[in-house]
Amino acid sequence: MKITELFDRGEFVVSAEVGPPKGCHIEPLLEEAKKYLSGVTAVNVTDSQSSVMRFGSLATCKALKDEGLLPIFQITCRDRNRIALQSDILSAAYFGIENLLLLTGDHTKMGDHPQAKPVFDLDSVSLIHTVKQLESGVDLGGNELVGEPPKFAKGAVVSPCSDSVDAQLAKMERKVAAGADYFQTQAVYEPEKFIKFMEKAKQFGKPVQLGVVIPKNVGMCRYMNSNVAGIHVPEEMIEELKKDKEATKAGITGVEIVARIIKECRPYCQGVHIMALGWESKIPGLLEKAGI
Amino acid sequence: MLITELKSRETTAPLLAGKKVFIINCHGCREVHFPEKEAAGYDAELSAAGQVTGILTTDYICNPENLKLRLEKYKSQIEAADVVLVRSCGVGVQTVSEYLEDKIVYAGCDTYPLPGHQGVTPQEYKCDQCGECYLNITGGICPITACSKSLVNGQCGGAKNGKCEVDSEMECGWERIYRRLAMLGRLDVLKCPVQIRNFATDDETRQPEESNL
Ligand code: SF4
Ligand code: SF4
Repeated sequence: MKITELFDRGEFVVSAEVGPPKGCHIEPLLEEAKKYLSGVTAVNVTDSQSSVMRFGSLATCKALKDEGLLPIFQITCRDRNRIALQSDILSAAYFGIENLLLLTGDHTKMGDHPQAKPVFDLDSVSLIHTVKQLESGVDLGGNELVGEPPKFAKGAVVSPCSDSVDAQLAKMERKVAAGADYFQTQAVYEPEKFIKFMEKAKQFGKPVQLGVVIPKNVGMCRYMNSNVAGIHVPEEMIEELKKDKEATKAGITGVEIVARIIKECRPYCQGVHIMALGWESKIPGLLEKAGI
Repeated sequence: MLITELKSRETTAPLLAGKKVFIINCHGCREVHFPEKEAAGYDAELSAAGQVTGILTTDYICNPENLKLRLEKYKSQIEAADVVLVRSCGVGVQTVSEYLEDKIVYAGCDTYPLPGHQGVTPQEYKCDQCGECYLNITGGICPITACSKSLVNGQCGGAKNGKCEVDSEMECGWERIYRRLAMLGRLDVLKCPVQIRNFATDDETRQPEESNL
């Protein structure tokens, strides 16, 4: 199923993200996904996130699908040229994976193989364009595909609390023009900024899922504030996490904060995307607290 | 060594339509091939149409000091123009575009590499001789060298405080491009068609008609 069908029906779509391990045993990931993600509609699988080499996104998507979950195949332009990207996208279609999230990807210097060649033959916009072209039965080289062409829900990302929000909106517009069907956002901690962003993004008429990351502790927030693009955790929230150390450690405070953000932003968006970063076990509780 | 080739008329004409133009031709270093005849033909046409406020044919515009001296004499002609058309390698266009900050500066050429030695080693601006100069849709700032990923369709999600994700000392190239276009009132160029780079280096696989910059 394409998640765009759900947006079309007016559903508030919840997705969560999982990151494959560094190694070839994904059984624990599958177990966790079955245990904690039954309440979410779709599961994003990251593509060697932050340029750290990991088990493949496509294979994980296939395994999740076999377990009855609805995977979203994340694809970056960091490691593959246009030939490999199109090839993997066709493979996904064969496995019945119909949801894609198309990204530029981090630079290779950011990860654990900084010597690797950064590819970026295409970027997020031209990759969306490429998928659209495949859907019309022609590849990027202009050659016809054999048989029925694939069809996907083409997702993209945007960073609503970025300090370059206008440049981000301009890029979002280009993604829409290229054929993006829905958007997931970078983690939001400043609902006012998100709401303001949505006022402007509304004009594109595409569903947007609010991105959230459960804050685990003060150090994580400080780290994100100085290192992660588009994320800013306000000082009051950091204070809140400082107050009751036990509650913070148990994830209670983080879940409360995120549930509040979701509630505040819900009227302005079409879904939520949870990046639990290892705290998948907190997701059922979060959904309950947020009233989803 | 590098080679500059005139952008096609179909590409340049819409940029100049109905506009007053000041033209800068850089015959530059001897290592650069410059399509003199074709350029002169085009200039004559534009002049006949009454669009040209002035033409400066010179060399080494990639040297900011040199450029400043030469442009001094043409101040009024440049002021009278709506746009400045620069026929030079990418470095030259970027130097002009930075110096004439509040003018719309267009690249009239594409820059290709040729094996061999490059004449001047420019200090301030970089051109990777990508073969389809993007400066006309990026406010005169080279996306190939100013962006760590050489992105040609806009900013990635990695900029923090205006700095590039790869290097916190380096300004995000697309942030600069966006600011520049906003200043020039030309954010509309960001609505251009999807750009897909052409990495082919031989003439046969390079299809110039595909380029719409
Ligand atoms: S876009 Fe940059 S690299 Fe390409 S020709 Fe222009 S200045 Fe040179
Ligand atoms: S942060 Fe800016 S300069 Fe760096 S790769 Fe992204 S768009 Fe390019």
